[in-house]
Amino acid sequence: MPDTSVHEGAYNYAYLDEQTKRMIRRAILKAVAVPGYQVPFGGREMPLPYGWGTGGIQVTAAIIGRDDTLKVIDQGADDTTNAVSIRRFFARVAGVATTTRTEEASLIQTRHRVPETPLREGQILVFQVPIPEPLRMLEPRETETRTLHALSEYGVMQVSLYESIARHGRISKSYNYPVMVNGRYIMSPSPIPKFDNPKLDRSPALQLYGAGREKRIYAVPPYTPVKSLDFDDHPFEIETWSECCAFCGSKESFLDEMIVDDAGKRMFVCSDTDWCQERQGHHQGQPSK
Amino acid sequence: MSTVPLLQARDVTKHFGGRIACRDVSFDLWPGEVLGVVGESGSGKTTLLNCLAGRMTPDAGSVGYASAPSGVVDIHGLSEARRRLLTRTEWGFVNQDAREGLRMGVSAGANIGERLMAIGARHYGDIRGVAADWLDQVEIEPDRLDDRPTTFSGGMRQRLQIARNLVSNPRLVFMDEPTGGLDVSVQARILDLLRGLVTNLNLSAVLVTHDLGVARLLTHRLMVMQGGRVVEDGLTDQVLDDPRHAYTQMLVSSILPV
Amino acid sequence: MYVAVKGGETAIAHSLDLLADKRRGDRGIAELSLEQIDQQLGLAVDRVMTEGSCYDRTLAALAIKQARGDLIEAIFLLRAYRTTLPRFGDSEPLDTSRMVAERRISSTFKDVPGGQVLGPTYDYTHRLLDFSLAAAAERPDAPTAPAHTATSLPRVGDILEREGMLEPPPASTAGEAQDLTRQPLVLPATRPVRLQNLARGDEGFLLALGYSTQRGYGNNHPFVGEIRFGSVPVSFVPEELGFAIEIACIDVTECDMVNQFAGSHDVPPQFTRGYGLAFGHAERKAMAMALVDRALRAEELSEAATSPAQDEEFVLAHSDNVEASGFVQHLKLPHYVDFQSELVVVRALRAAVEARNQEAALRQAAE
Repeated sequence: MPDTSVHEGAYNYAYLDEQTKRMIRRAILKAVAVPGYQVPFGGREMPLPYGWGTGGIQVTAAIIGRDDTLKVIDQGADDTTNAVSIRRFFARVAGVATTTRTEEASLIQTRHRVPETPLREGQILVFQVPIPEPLRMLEPRETETRTLHALSEYGVMQVSLYESIARHGRISKSYNYPVMVNGRYIMSPSPIPKFDNPKLDRSPALQLYGAGREKRIYAVPPYTPVKSLDFDDHPFEIETWSECCAFCGSKESFLDEMIVDDAGKRMFVCSDTDWCQERQGHHQGQPSK
Repeated sequence: MSTVPLLQARDVTKHFGGRIACRDVSFDLWPGEVLGVVGESGSGKTTLLNCLAGRMTPDAGSVGYASAPSGVVDIHGLSEARRRLLTRTEWGFVNQDAREGLRMGVSAGANIGERLMAIGARHYGDIRGVAADWLDQVEIEPDRLDDRPTTFSGGMRQRLQIARNLVSNPRLVFMDEPTGGLDVSVQARILDLLRGLVTNLNLSAVLVTHDLGVARLLTHRLMVMQGGRVVEDGLTDQVLDDPRHAYTQMLVSSILPV
Repeated sequence: MYVAVKGGETAIAHSLDLLADKRRGDRGIAELSLEQIDQQLGLAVDRVMTEGSCYDRTLAALAIKQARGDLIEAIFLLRAYRTTLPRFGDSEPLDTSRMVAERRISSTFKDVPGGQVLGPTYDYTHRLLDFSLAAAAERPDAPTAPAHTATSLPRVGDILEREGMLEPPPASTAGEAQDLTRQPLVLPATRPVRLQNLARGDEGFLLALGYSTQRGYGNNHPFVGEIRFGSVPVSFVPEELGFAIEIACIDVTECDMVNQFAGSHDVPPQFTRGYGLAFGHAERKAMAMALVDRALRAEELSEAATSPAQDEEFVLAHSDNVEASGFVQHLKLPHYVDFQSELVVVRALRAAVEARNQEAALRQAAE
C-alpha cells in the first residue's frame, strides 16, 4: 500500500485547505446569483487527473460536511470505476457516509447523467463538466465567447441548430444539449443525454456545475427555468426506446444497450442502477460509514 | 426629409507606424445617397472604410451616425455592445472577399437567416422562407438553399453575402470592392443587382473601388483619394467627365478603351 | 452469458497491486535510490521541477521513481503535492546577474566581457552511444582544471541596452504577481502571466512552436543574446525581520533572445527581447520559451499575428501537459451513455433516409 500516512495528517478535511474552500464557495455564490453564468475560479491541482472529475470534486469538497450523505455516479451507475474511485476519495478525506440510494443522499456528484428518481428540495446535484462553454465548438476563442455571452449574442448557436435541421431534418444533438437558463444565459448542462434535460427545469434541487481543467463553476438555483433550445416548429424531443429494461421492466428510464454475445444479441438495461434496483425491490444496504 | 446627415465624417486620420494611411477625411452622407471612394491601391480608401464602419479606430477625427432609434452617435464612442448591435441590424458590410463576410461552413439559408435568428426569430419554416425569398432577390437558384458557400462560385458567394447583409433591412451599407476579382460578366450582373437593390430599398452606401466604371454605375457622389488624402470630390458624373485634379485626370484617362 | 458490471472496487484494488509490482520490476535487480535519480538522471529531475513548479530535487526524484520514469506523470504528482504545501509568502525577484555561472555563452558577439564559458554541455559531444556506460565502471576523478565559475558577469543585454540598441526590459511587476496555480488564466493575458504559463508549459509543445517560428510561422529573427546556467540566491523578507535574508540557492537556466528590431511612429528601431527561464539546467526549454515569448508579443509590437505561436489563446490554453494529458486520456472513461444517445439519433436518421428512399421507389414504380 502506498505510504501517504506521513502526510495524511497534514491534509485538511475534504482535502482542500480552508482558504481554497472559501474561494470556491465564493465562486459558487456568484454562480448561484447569476444562473447559468460561468464563473472563473482558481482551480487547484487535484490528485485525480484533469478530465476525470476534478471540477466536480472541488465543488463537492468545498461544500461537503460531516452530516452529509454522498452518492457518486458515473453514467448513472454507482459501481463504474470512476464513481468508485471518487466515492473512496471522499470516504477517506471527509469521512462522510456514502450511499447508492438517490433518496438518501444529501449530495450527489454525477458524471453524464441525472438520477431518474426525482430530486427534493435540500438536495444538491454536482455535475462534472468537461467543456463548460456551450459555444466552444462553434467559436474556439474564449475571448470571443465571453463577449457573446455578455452581449447575449446567441445567433451563432441558433444557426447551428438551423443547420442541423437543414442537413438532417432534425436537431441531431443528442447529449450536452444546450439550454437557456433563466431566460438569460445559454449553458452547457454537461454531457448528459438530452433525455435528462427536462429534469433540470425548475428542479427543487440545487444544481452545481464544476469544470476543473477549464476552471469554471456555474449553477442553477432551485426552481429556475431551464429551457432546451429549439425552433417553434421543431420542438425539443427526448429519446425513446421501443424496448424496456430487461431487469425491472421500466419504460420511462434511460436504457443502456448491452451487447450480450458474439452474435450481437442485445439487452437493454436501466442506466441508473439505483432506480433499477428500487424497482426490482432490492434495497441497497444501510448508508455506510 | 432628413435634416441630419446619416453619416458624418470629420478629419478622419489613421496611421500605421510611421506611415499615414488616411488623413483629414471629412464628408456628409445623406439618406439614399451612395458615396464612392476611388483611388489606386495604397490610396487609403480601405483604411478609411474600416474607420467609418467601426472596424478600426482612427487616430484623430470622428465619425457620427444618425441611428433611427437613438439619434446621432459617435461610432467610436459607443460601447462594443452597441456597436456590434448596430453592425448587425442597421448596417451592412460587403467584403471584397465574400468568405470574410460569410460562414463558409453552414448553408446559404443559415447564412441569410442568421441576423434574424440573432434578434429572436424562432420559426424554422419562416426563417427558411425569408431566406428563400432573398435567394430569389439576389438571383441564386432556390435549390441551393441548403448548400454551403464552399460549393458556390465567386459571384454566387458575393450575392449571398449581399443577401446576408440586407435581410435585416439596414439603412447604411459599406462595400469594399464588391465586384473585385470577379469575371466581367459576373461583375456586370452583380452591379445591376446592387443598383436595383439600392434604389428599391432606398439604401445609403459608402462604396470603395478602384474601378471607375463601377463608380459611374453605382454612386451619386465621388471622393478621389491619393496618398491618404481626398484630392477631389463632387457629383460622380462631374468628377468623371470633368476632372479637375491632375491625379483624377490621370485615373480617368488611364481607362483602357475597348 | 451477460454478467453485470459489478465489483468495481475489487477490480481497482487488483489494478493498483499490478501497478506496484510493475513499478518495482524484477526484485533481483537493485532498487533505484532517490539519490541515484537526482545525481545520474539530473536533467529529468530538472524538467520535473520546472514543469511541476516546485524546486525540490528529492521530491522530484521521488515523483520520477513513483511514475516509473514517465515525466508527465511525475510532474502531475509533484504538482498535486505542491497544492497542499503551506505558503508563507513571495520571494524577492531572482537577480540572475548575481548568478555563479557554470556556463555562459552569447551568439551575438564573438567574445564578451567575462568570456564565453562553455561549461558542461552536450553541445560539443558526438552523439555516439558510449557502451562503456553500460557497466558501472570506476570513473576517473573529475577534471583537474577547476570548473570555471564566474560571478558578476555583465549581461550582454545591458551592454546593448546602454547604447539604446535593445529595448529596456519591462518594468518590474513584483507585488502584482498573479499566481496561475491559484487564479484562473484570464485572457487577454499580460506578459508576466504569459511567462508564468510558459515556464510551466510542456517543453515539447514550446519546442515545436519555437521551431515553427524559425521556419517562417511568425519569424522574428532571433539571436541568442545570452544563455547562462548556474546557481542564484533566493531572498525573502520575513515579516518579523523586515529585511531580506537569503533562504536558498537554486540552479536556473536563463535565456535572453535578441530579436527583430521594431520601431514605431515615436520610437526609433531597436532590437526586441524574448525571455526564458527554467529550473536546473534546461537550455532547450529556456530557448524555446524565449522564442514563444517573443512571438506572443506580436500584437504589442504591432506585428501581424498570423501563426499558431503568435496566437496567445491557442498557446496558453494548450501548454499545460498535465491538463492536456488528463483530458486526452479521459476518453478512456466510460462514455457509453452519450454513445447510446448518438446511437439513437443515428438510427433515427438512417430510418428516415430509408423511409424516404422507399417512398421514392414506390412513387417511381407508380409512374
